[in-house]
Amino acid sequence: MEIDLNRSLMLDGNALAGVLQEIFSMEMTASPTECAHCGYEGEMGTLLAFVCSPGLVLRCPSCENVILRIVQTPDAIYLDARGAAFLRLTR
Amino acid sequence: MQRGIEWQAAILKAIRLETPRVKTFTFTLPDWTPHRAGQHYDIRLTAPDGYQAQRSYSVASEPERVGEIDLTVELVEDGEVSTFLHEGLVVGDLIEMRGPIGGYFVWEAAQSEPLLLVGGGSGVVPLMAMLRHRAAAGSNVPTRLLYSVRAPMEVIYAAELDELVRASPDLKVLLTFTRAKPQGWEGYARRIDQAMLGEVMAPLSSTPRAYICGPTLLVESVATLLLQSGLPRELIRTERFGPSGGPA
Repeated sequence: MEIDLNRSLMLDGNALAGVLQEIFSMEMTASPTECAHCGYEGEMGTLLAFVCSPGLVLRCPSCENVILRIVQTPDAIYLDARGAAFLRLTR
Repeated sequence: MQRGIEWQAAILKAIRLETPRVKTFTFTLPDWTPHRAGQHYDIRLTAPDGYQAQRSYSVASEPERVGEIDLTVELVEDGEVSTFLHEGLVVGDLIEMRGPIGGYFVWEAAQSEPLLLVGGGSGVVPLMAMLRHRAAAGSNVPTRLLYSVRAPMEVIYAAELDELVRASPDLKVLLTFTRAKPQGWEGYARRIDQAMLGEVMAPLSSTPRAYICGPTLLVESVATLLLQSGLPRELIRTERFGPSGGPA
Protein backbone atom coordinates (compact mmCIF):
# COMPACT_ATOMS: atom_id res chain seq x y z
CA MET A 1 0.00 0.00 0.00
CA GLU A 2 1.31 3.43 -0.96
CA ILE A 3 0.67 6.05 1.74
CA ASP A 4 1.15 9.72 0.92
CA LEU A 5 2.94 10.91 4.01
CA ASN A 6 3.47 14.46 2.77
CA ARG A 7 7.04 14.33 3.95
CA SER A 8 7.72 17.99 3.36
CA LEU A 9 5.45 18.85 6.29
CA MET A 10 6.69 16.00 8.42
CA LEU A 11 8.41 16.52 11.76
CA ASP A 12 9.33 14.02 14.44
CA GLY A 13 8.41 13.10 17.98
CA ASN A 14 10.68 15.84 19.34
CA ALA A 15 8.17 18.42 18.08
CA LEU A 16 5.48 16.87 20.32
CA ALA A 17 7.63 16.83 23.46
CA GLY A 18 5.56 19.61 25.04
CA VAL A 19 2.14 18.08 24.51
CA LEU A 20 3.42 14.61 25.52
CA GLN A 21 4.82 16.08 28.72
CA GLU A 22 1.47 17.79 29.32
CA ILE A 23 -0.37 14.44 28.96
CA PHE A 24 2.04 12.21 30.88
CA SER A 25 3.59 14.77 33.27
CA MET A 26 7.03 13.59 32.28
CA GLU A 27 9.57 13.81 29.48
CA MET A 28 8.58 11.17 26.91
CA THR A 29 10.75 11.71 23.80
CA ALA A 30 13.65 9.67 25.16
CA SER A 31 11.26 6.94 26.30
CA PRO A 32 10.99 3.74 24.23
CA THR A 33 7.82 2.55 22.53
CA GLU A 34 6.98 -0.35 20.24
CA CYS A 35 4.97 -0.28 17.03
CA ALA A 36 2.01 -2.66 17.33
CA HIS A 37 2.10 -3.30 13.58
CA CYS A 38 5.72 -4.17 12.81
CA GLY A 39 7.47 -4.40 16.16
CA TYR A 40 9.84 -1.46 15.58
CA GLU A 41 11.17 -0.31 18.92
CA GLY A 42 12.66 3.14 19.41
CA GLU A 43 12.48 6.36 21.40
CA MET A 44 9.34 8.43 20.91
CA GLY A 45 11.54 11.22 19.54
CA THR A 46 12.28 9.02 16.52
CA LEU A 47 8.62 8.65 15.47
CA LEU A 48 7.38 10.59 12.44
CA ALA A 49 5.09 13.46 13.41
CA PHE A 50 2.31 14.98 11.34
CA VAL A 51 1.06 18.17 12.89
CA CYS A 52 -0.60 20.11 10.06
CA SER A 53 -3.99 18.54 10.70
CA PRO A 54 -6.80 18.90 13.26
CA GLY A 55 -5.04 16.34 15.44
CA LEU A 56 -1.45 15.27 16.00
CA VAL A 57 -0.33 11.97 14.51
CA LEU A 58 2.78 9.94 15.30
CA ARG A 59 3.74 7.20 12.84
CA CYS A 60 6.28 4.40 12.89
CA PRO A 61 9.51 5.35 11.05
CA SER A 62 9.86 1.74 9.93
CA CYS A 63 6.41 0.69 8.60
CA GLU A 64 4.76 4.16 8.66
CA ASN A 65 1.58 2.94 10.37
CA VAL A 66 -0.09 5.17 12.96
CA ILE A 67 1.19 4.66 16.50
CA LEU A 68 -0.43 7.54 18.37
CA ARG A 69 -3.17 10.09 17.70
CA ILE A 70 -3.74 13.14 19.89
CA VAL A 71 -6.70 15.48 19.62
CA GLN A 72 -6.93 18.54 21.85
CA THR A 73 -10.23 20.30 22.57
CA PRO A 74 -10.82 23.18 24.99
CA ASP A 75 -12.05 20.70 27.63
CA ALA A 76 -10.01 17.58 27.08
CA ILE A 77 -7.22 15.73 25.35
CA TYR A 78 -8.07 12.54 23.44
CA LEU A 79 -5.31 9.98 23.10
CA ASP A 80 -5.61 7.03 20.73
CA ALA A 81 -2.63 4.77 21.37
CA ARG A 82 -3.85 1.55 19.76
CA GLY A 83 -0.90 1.56 17.36
CA ALA A 84 1.56 1.22 20.23
CA ALA A 85 2.35 -2.18 21.72
CA PHE A 86 3.52 -0.27 24.79
CA LEU A 87 4.50 3.14 26.10
CA ARG A 88 7.05 3.41 28.87
CA LEU A 89 6.55 5.80 31.77
CA THR A 90 9.58 6.14 34.04
CA ARG A 91 8.73 5.66 37.70
CA MET B 1 12.44 14.94 35.44
CA GLN B 2 9.03 13.83 36.70
CA ARG B 3 7.22 17.09 36.31
CA GLY B 4 4.62 18.75 34.23
CA ILE B 5 5.45 21.99 32.56
CA GLU B 6 3.84 25.26 33.40
CA TRP B 7 3.43 28.22 31.10
CA GLN B 8 5.26 31.35 32.24
CA ALA B 9 5.54 34.91 31.01
CA ALA B 10 9.07 35.50 29.72
CA ILE B 11 10.38 39.03 29.21
CA LEU B 12 12.08 39.89 25.94
CA LYS B 13 15.48 41.30 26.86
CA ALA B 14 17.21 41.71 23.49
CA ILE B 15 16.88 41.06 19.76
CA ARG B 16 19.88 40.36 17.53
CA LEU B 17 19.80 40.10 13.75
CA GLU B 18 21.75 36.99 12.70
CA THR B 19 20.99 36.91 8.97
CA PRO B 20 18.39 38.75 6.88
CA ARG B 21 15.79 36.09 7.82
CA VAL B 22 17.02 34.93 11.22
CA LYS B 23 16.88 36.70 14.59
CA THR B 24 17.99 35.70 18.06
CA PHE B 25 15.66 36.65 20.92
CA THR B 26 16.99 36.74 24.47
CA PHE B 27 14.29 36.08 27.08
CA THR B 28 14.48 36.49 30.84
CA LEU B 29 12.54 33.72 32.59
CA PRO B 30 10.92 34.29 36.01
CA ASP B 31 10.98 30.50 36.61
CA TRP B 32 14.27 29.53 34.97
CA THR B 33 15.61 25.97 35.14
CA PRO B 34 18.82 24.93 33.39
CA HIS B 35 18.10 23.17 30.10
CA ARG B 36 20.04 20.37 28.44
CA ALA B 37 21.72 21.39 25.20
CA GLY B 38 19.34 20.45 22.38
CA GLN B 39 16.12 21.03 24.33
CA HIS B 40 13.49 23.51 23.25
CA TYR B 41 10.75 25.80 24.52
CA ASP B 42 7.15 26.05 23.36
CA ILE B 43 5.88 29.56 22.61
CA ARG B 44 2.15 30.28 22.71
CA LEU B 45 0.49 33.37 21.26
CA THR B 46 -3.10 34.23 22.12
CA ALA B 47 -5.18 36.61 20.01
CA PRO B 48 -7.81 38.89 21.62
CA ASP B 49 -10.54 36.50 20.40
CA GLY B 50 -8.90 33.56 22.16
CA TYR B 51 -7.31 31.98 19.07
CA GLN B 52 -4.01 30.40 19.97
CA ALA B 53 -0.96 29.46 17.94
CA GLN B 54 1.88 27.43 19.38
CA ARG B 55 5.35 26.57 18.10
CA SER B 56 8.42 24.92 19.44
CA TYR B 57 11.88 26.56 19.22
CA SER B 58 15.27 25.15 20.13
CA VAL B 59 17.33 26.91 22.76
CA ALA B 60 20.49 28.32 21.18
CA SER B 61 22.28 29.35 24.37
CA GLU B 62 24.25 27.24 26.80
CA PRO B 63 22.67 26.02 30.06
CA GLU B 64 25.49 27.70 32.00
CA ARG B 65 23.82 31.07 31.35
CA VAL B 66 21.60 31.62 34.36
CA GLY B 67 18.10 33.09 34.25
CA GLU B 68 17.81 33.64 30.52
CA ILE B 69 17.77 31.83 27.19
CA ASP B 70 18.38 32.66 23.55
CA LEU B 71 15.93 31.39 20.95
CA THR B 72 17.09 31.74 17.34
CA VAL B 73 14.11 31.90 15.00
CA GLU B 74 13.96 31.82 11.22
CA LEU B 75 11.25 33.93 9.62
CA VAL B 76 8.93 31.52 7.83
CA GLU B 77 6.75 32.77 5.01
CA ASP B 78 3.15 32.82 6.30
CA GLY B 79 4.42 31.51 9.66
CA GLU B 80 2.06 33.05 12.19
CA VAL B 81 4.37 32.72 15.18
CA SER B 82 7.72 33.49 13.52
CA THR B 83 6.24 36.52 11.75
CA PHE B 84 4.94 37.89 15.03
CA LEU B 85 8.25 37.31 16.76
CA HIS B 86 10.19 38.95 13.94
CA GLU B 87 7.89 41.89 13.27
CA GLY B 88 5.63 42.39 16.27
CA LEU B 89 7.95 42.20 19.28
CA VAL B 90 9.85 44.94 21.08
CA VAL B 91 12.21 44.64 24.02
CA GLY B 92 10.25 44.48 27.28
CA ASP B 93 7.32 42.53 25.81
CA LEU B 94 5.97 39.51 27.64
CA ILE B 95 5.68 36.18 25.82
CA GLU B 96 4.06 32.99 27.10
CA MET B 97 6.37 30.01 27.02
CA ARG B 98 7.03 26.65 28.64
CA GLY B 99 10.12 24.51 28.88
CA PRO B 100 12.75 23.25 28.78
CA ILE B 101 11.26 20.36 26.82
CA GLY B 102 12.62 17.20 25.24
CA GLY B 103 15.12 14.56 26.27
CA TYR B 104 15.95 12.62 23.12
CA PHE B 105 17.91 15.18 21.08
CA VAL B 106 20.18 16.32 23.90
CA TRP B 107 23.91 16.26 24.54
CA GLU B 108 25.74 16.75 27.80
CA ALA B 109 29.39 17.66 28.23
CA ALA B 110 29.85 14.62 30.49
CA GLN B 111 29.47 12.39 27.40
CA SER B 112 32.96 11.46 26.30
CA GLU B 113 32.55 10.12 22.73
CA PRO B 114 33.66 12.31 19.82
CA LEU B 115 30.85 14.44 18.52
CA LEU B 116 29.61 14.69 14.94
CA LEU B 117 27.10 17.50 14.47
CA VAL B 118 25.36 17.86 11.12
CA GLY B 119 23.08 20.82 10.58
CA GLY B 120 21.07 22.20 7.69
CA GLY B 121 19.90 25.82 7.68
CA SER B 122 18.34 26.84 11.00
CA GLY B 123 18.82 23.23 12.12
CA VAL B 124 22.16 24.48 13.39
CA VAL B 125 20.44 26.15 16.38
CA PRO B 126 20.31 23.19 18.85
CA LEU B 127 23.79 22.17 17.65
CA MET B 128 25.02 25.66 18.57
CA ALA B 129 23.64 25.13 22.08
CA MET B 130 25.76 21.97 22.21
CA LEU B 131 28.90 23.80 20.99
CA ARG B 132 28.36 26.63 23.48
CA HIS B 133 27.77 24.10 26.28
CA ARG B 134 30.91 22.22 25.22
CA ALA B 135 32.93 25.47 25.46
CA ALA B 136 31.35 26.66 28.73
CA ALA B 137 31.86 23.26 30.38
CA GLY B 138 35.50 23.08 29.21
CA SER B 139 34.91 19.84 27.32
CA ASN B 140 37.54 18.92 24.76
CA VAL B 141 35.85 15.96 23.09
CA PRO B 142 36.87 15.95 19.41
CA THR B 143 34.00 17.64 17.60
CA ARG B 144 33.05 18.25 13.97
CA LEU B 145 30.22 20.49 12.83
CA LEU B 146 29.20 19.97 9.20
CA TYR B 147 26.85 22.81 8.37
CA SER B 148 24.91 22.91 5.10
CA VAL B 149 23.57 26.27 3.95
CA ARG B 150 22.24 27.49 0.63
CA ALA B 151 24.20 30.76 0.41
CA PRO B 152 26.91 32.68 2.31
CA MET B 153 24.49 35.26 3.71
CA GLU B 154 22.48 32.48 5.37
CA VAL B 155 25.25 31.30 7.67
CA ILE B 156 23.98 31.79 11.23
CA TYR B 157 26.57 32.43 14.02
CA ALA B 158 29.42 32.77 11.46
CA ALA B 159 31.66 35.01 13.61
CA GLU B 160 31.08 33.05 16.82
CA LEU B 161 31.77 29.73 15.09
CA ASP B 162 35.14 31.15 13.99
CA GLU B 163 35.87 32.18 17.57
CA LEU B 164 34.91 28.78 18.96
CA VAL B 165 37.21 27.08 16.46
CA ARG B 166 40.10 29.39 17.37
CA ALA B 167 39.56 28.65 21.06
CA SER B 168 39.39 24.88 20.73
CA PRO B 169 41.93 22.85 18.72
CA ASP B 170 39.62 19.84 18.95
CA LEU B 171 36.76 21.58 17.15
CA LYS B 172 36.45 21.87 13.38
CA VAL B 173 33.59 23.55 11.52
CA LEU B 174 33.03 22.64 7.88
CA LEU B 175 30.57 24.50 5.72
CA THR B 176 28.98 23.32 2.52
CA PHE B 177 27.12 25.71 0.23
CA THR B 178 24.37 24.13 -1.85
CA ARG B 179 23.28 27.02 -4.10
CA ALA B 180 25.74 29.94 -4.02
CA LYS B 181 29.25 29.88 -2.61
CA PRO B 182 31.49 32.77 -1.54
CA GLN B 183 33.95 34.09 -4.10
CA GLY B 184 37.13 32.10 -4.11
CA TRP B 185 35.58 29.36 -1.91
CA GLU B 186 37.56 26.14 -2.01
CA GLY B 187 35.51 24.16 0.49
CA TYR B 188 32.45 22.00 -0.07
CA ALA B 189 29.79 23.28 -2.44
CA ARG B 190 27.27 20.46 -2.79
CA ARG B 191 24.69 18.53 -0.82
CA ILE B 192 26.09 16.32 1.91
CA ASP B 193 27.13 12.93 0.55
CA GLN B 194 28.96 9.80 1.69
CA ALA B 195 32.38 11.08 0.55
CA MET B 196 31.92 14.35 2.46
CA LEU B 197 30.81 12.58 5.65
CA GLY B 198 33.76 10.20 5.32
CA GLU B 199 36.24 13.08 5.07
CA VAL B 200 34.66 14.91 7.98
CA MET B 201 34.67 11.86 10.24
CA ALA B 202 38.03 10.39 9.23
CA PRO B 203 40.16 12.40 11.70
CA LEU B 204 37.97 11.34 14.65
CA SER B 205 39.84 8.68 16.58
CA SER B 206 36.82 6.58 17.55
CA THR B 207 33.17 6.13 16.66
CA PRO B 208 31.35 9.40 17.16
CA ARG B 209 27.94 10.16 18.56
CA ALA B 210 26.00 11.94 15.80
CA TYR B 211 23.34 14.63 16.06
CA ILE B 212 21.57 15.63 12.85
CA CYS B 213 19.15 18.54 12.68
CA GLY B 214 17.61 20.23 9.68
CA PRO B 215 14.93 19.81 7.06
CA THR B 216 13.47 16.30 6.82
CA LEU B 217 15.18 15.41 3.55
CA LEU B 218 18.63 16.35 4.84
CA VAL B 219 18.07 14.55 8.14
CA GLU B 220 16.89 11.33 6.49
CA SER B 221 19.62 11.36 3.86
CA VAL B 222 22.44 11.97 6.37
CA ALA B 223 21.07 9.42 8.85
CA THR B 224 20.86 6.81 6.09
CA LEU B 225 24.41 7.57 4.92
CA LEU B 226 25.76 7.28 8.47
CA LEU B 227 23.98 3.95 8.98
CA GLN B 228 25.41 2.70 5.68
CA SER B 229 28.88 3.75 6.79
CA GLY B 230 28.49 1.51 9.83
CA LEU B 231 27.58 3.94 12.58
CA PRO B 232 25.27 2.10 15.02
CA ARG B 233 21.70 3.38 15.10
CA GLU B 234 21.82 4.08 18.84
CA LEU B 235 24.63 6.60 18.29
CA ILE B 236 22.57 8.65 15.80
CA ARG B 237 20.07 11.23 17.06
CA THR B 238 17.87 13.17 14.68
CA GLU B 239 15.58 16.16 14.84
CA ARG B 240 13.55 17.36 11.86
CA PHE B 241 12.95 21.05 11.49
CA GLY B 242 9.65 21.76 9.82
CA PRO B 243 8.79 24.67 7.59
CA SER B 244 7.14 26.36 10.56
CA GLY B 245 9.56 25.47 13.33
CA GLY B 246 7.15 22.76 14.43
CA PRO B 247 3.82 23.14 16.18
CA ALA B 248 3.74 21.52 19.58
